[in-house]
This record gives sequence, C-alpha cells and structure tokens, in this order.
Amino acid sequence: MATAAAQKTDHTAPYDGDGTAATAGYERAFDAAVAADERIEPRDWMPDAYRATLVRQIAQHAHSEIIGMQPEANWITRAPSLRRKAILMAKVQDEAGHGLYLYSAAETLGTGRDELLDKLHSGRQKYSSIFNYPTLTWADVGAIGWLVDGAAITNQVPLCRCSYGPYARAMVRICKEESFHQRQGYELLLALSRGTPEQHAMAQDAVDRWWWPSLMMFGPPDDESQHSAQSMAWKIKRHSNDELRQRFVDICVPQAESLGLTLPDPDLKWNEEQGHYDFGAIDWTEFWEVLKGNGPCNEQRITQRRRAHEEGAWVREAAAAYAAKHSETGATRA
Amino acid sequence: MTTTVPTTAALALGDDALVLSHRLGEWAGHAPVLEEEVALANIALDLLGQARVLLSLVGDEDELAYLREERAFRNVQLVEQPNGDFAHTIARQLYFSTYQHLLYDRLATGDGPFAPLAAKAVKEVAYHRDHAEQWTLRLGDGTDESHERMRRACEALWRFTGEMFQPVQGLDVDGEQLRSAWLESVGEVLRRATLTLPEGPQSGAWSAGAGRQGLHTEPFGRMLAEMQHLHRSHPGASW
Repeated sequence: MATAAAQKTDHTAPYDGDGTAATAGYERAFDAAVAADERIEPRDWMPDAYRATLVRQIAQHAHSEIIGMQPEANWITRAPSLRRKAILMAKVQDEAGHGLYLYSAAETLGTGRDELLDKLHSGRQKYSSIFNYPTLTWADVGAIGWLVDGAAITNQVPLCRCSYGPYARAMVRICKEESFHQRQGYELLLALSRGTPEQHAMAQDAVDRWWWPSLMMFGPPDDESQHSAQSMAWKIKRHSNDELRQRFVDICVPQAESLGLTLPDPDLKWNEEQGHYDFGAIDWTEFWEVLKGNGPCNEQRITQRRRAHEEGAWVREAAAAYAAKHSETGATRA
Repeated sequence: MTTTVPTTAALALGDDALVLSHRLGEWAGHAPVLEEEVALANIALDLLGQARVLLSLVGDEDELAYLREERAFRNVQLVEQPNGDFAHTIARQLYFSTYQHLLYDRLATGDGPFAPLAAKAVKEVAYHRDHAEQWTLRLGDGTDESHERMRRACEALWRFTGEMFQPVQGLDVDGEQLRSAWLESVGEVLRRATLTLPEGPQSGAWSAGAGRQGLHTEPFGRMLAEMQHLHRSHPGASW
C-alpha cells in the first residue's frame, strides 16, 4: 500500500547518503511536498528530525493503545450484562488491533516492534497519561468511552491528514472504530444516568473523576509544548493543543446536558463574545506528576505490561523455534 | 410446527460457551504477544455470542448468567478450569474446540432445534480449533521448555475430558462415536506436536458428568463471584 502510493509521488528520493549537495536537493523536495499537502511515504527522503519525531509520536500512540487495554480489561470479568460484556471485549480487542496498526506504521520508519516495546518497558518511551488513572466502578468504562475516546478522536481526526502517509492511513481506520466506541461509552452512561439513583450517582462520580484528566490528554498549554511548532510546520500536527482542547470542551458541554450529568467545573460557562465555553484552570502540577511516573497507576500499568511480556517469553521462543525447524524442512504451512 | 426447546441441552451448551468465554476474557492485557490479545478476545467473543443465543432459548440471558448459583450451572468442568499458563489455556482450548467442532458439525446437518445455531457456530469453532492446533504444534514442537509445559498441560486437563461425551438430555448425538472421533483428531494433533495422548482415565470416578449435574470444581465459585458481583449488587437494574 505504502509502496504503491510512493510511486505516484514525484518527490521520491531514496536516501543514499551521497553528500550534502544531494541532501539539500532532497530537503527542498521534502519541503515542497509538505507545502503542497502531499504525503511523505516510507521510501522518500525525510529529515532525520522528522523521522525521529514521527517514531516518537507513533510509538507513544501505539503504547497508549496497549496500556489503555488495562483500565478497561479490568472490568471485562465484572461487566453487568452479557451485552455490555461483549461490547467491552470487542473494544479491548480493537485496541490491541490499533496497537498493531500503529507499530506497523512506526516500522515503516526503520524501527522494530521489539525495540519499541523494549523502550516502553524500560520507561524510555511514554504512553498517554490518562491510562494512569484507575477504573474504580463500572461507570468508568462509560466515562472512558465518552470522554477519553472523545478526546482521542478530537486529537486524531486531524491526524488523518498528517503529512506522513502510513500514519495518516492508520488513523483513518482507527478513527472509524474509535467513534463507534465513543458512542457506545456515551450510551452506557446514558443508561446509568437514567437508571436507579445508585446508577446515576455512579455515572456522575465517574464523570467527576475523568473530566480533568481527559482535558489533560491534549497536552500542555501551547506556550509550554516543546514539539508543537515544529510538528505544525511539518504538518504532522494541524492544530494546537489549546485549540483542540477548546473544541473538545465545546462538544462535551451539550452532551453532558443531554446525559443529565454535570461537569465538575464551577467556572464552565458560555462566552457569547468568543462563541466558546470558558472553563476553569487545569491542575498542571498533577499533569506533570503523572507524566513523571507519579500518577495513581503508573507503577501498576508498566509492571503488568512487563510481566505479560516476560511471562510470554517462552511462548515467543517456542514459536520462533518451531518456525525455524519447519522452514528448514520446508514443512511450514502457508 | 413448534419445537420444544430442549432446556437441559441448551443450558449445557450455553454454559460451556459462557464459562469458557469468561476464562478467555481474563487474558485481556496479559497475552504473550499482541496477536494473541486479538485472537483470544476474538474466540471469547464468538463463544459469548453462542452463549447468548443458547441461553436466550431457555430464558433471559442475564438472569441465567448472573442470578444462578454454582450448583445450577451445567457446563463441563473442563471449561471452568483456571487459565494457568499459556500452554494450559491452549490445551483446554484444543480439547474443547475439537469437541465443539465435532458436535456442531453433527448438529448442523440434522433438522434438530440446534441446527441453525450449529450451522453458524461450526464456522467459528473451526477457526478456534485451528488456532489451538497451530499453538499446540508450536509449543509441543518448539523448545524443550514449551514441550514440557504443553505435555504437563495436556496431562493435567485430561481427567476433565471424559465428561464431554456423557449423554445430555435433548442432545441427539452418539457420545461414544463422538469420543472416538475426538480421540482420533486430538491424538493426531498431539502426535504432530511430538506429544502423546495422556494415559490416565478421561474422568475420575468422582467426576463423570459432574459439571452437567451442577457439581463443579472449587475455582468455579470464585469465578462466578467475580462475574456476578456487580449485577447482584443492583437488583432489578438495567444496564
């Protein structure tokens, strides 16, 4: 898929390391392609820093899908109806699938899944800070669907137009599935909100706990975001953190109203002049603490991930040994 | 033309699928490779789908899943066995999906009450069986460690396999014929995996058909406690 697309663009210039004069030419071609909103493909020349930024961002995105399975999987065995259980299992399965797409996209940049997982396990690469919060009740599954997936979609829809082709195409597939999960999360909360008083209270409590961490998913404020300017120039990113965060708040307020739930922000009010909702200050101290590894579940999440990987080592070794034996004898099944 | 729903058989098959689906769901986030996160969840979902159809033939699926106590469940003891290591899970899956495949294949061809369900499910369980077979080969014929783990798993679960061939009221299949087809199929996979069929009896005297009669193993009650807790905490609520 990537190769076919690469052949269609006229800026294809496989890197052959033949000196600065050629590099300058490649760089001009790259800049022109980005300016013309063309897609950069795996075999195209690209600046090292562009490659590194993409690897970092796509890997972090993939890791978030994988770590993000944990807070929801926490409720699979306790889902209160068979229908909800099936929906939740399908969702967690999709997340593993998204992780797989994204690792493949990262691999087109010359890195390997094993290497990326190793960086995750050793803490050298991050995942979304939101997954360091615990799922304490069933309603949290709904709040994650509505708010966390909602924030992810707001972030990710513009990535469908990202300048790097494999990433953009992965996002198209992922966003379709995420939108579906988001609606299911909303519907779960609606059922609780309209249920018994205990169910309603459970839904409200979950929204109270997940609202602010969801707003933090858009990253630090624009004046503290170290990668933003360059990513926007390269058209990896299309909107600033604060812009997307505002868009998300504007979408959520009316949705909360129709859910019959409140958002835990006394400063939230419609600003007629701006045509947006004003909202209260985010606790950036909490954000940085979670990012540094001091959130409620950082230790637990990474320990579980490492343990799954370590305990699975003998299985992966067996598969490799079997494949080696049977490719020698030509007995491998297609 | 109305067919009376064979309640005993629908509950037996439905509980098998429900309970095994639950066990596989416990793997989410713990699988040895990402591809297995997808595969195990996929199998769990297929089984849950089958359970919902079967339990709905008998009554309300949620009432049946969440409000029956341990002694009222009719699943075979094999499917309630804890996951153990990956080899254990695969051995359980090989034993059960081979049985389910042979059973649904037979049920699909007749015009009995389970024919429509079996016709759809047989395609799913063929995939489950294939998945278990591929892993049995890789583990059995992989490294020394994986061979040993797979051998131990096959041995440990063997005593629970005889129960699958006990007669079930309303299920029109020949248990002995099913058993010999099953032995042949599982034996062939194990042979290719450099393993052998375990030698002990396929069921202890204490456990012949026990799960089908509501006599379960100790871990099962704990599994149900977790599964049913939230539903039971909110009587009459809808979700």
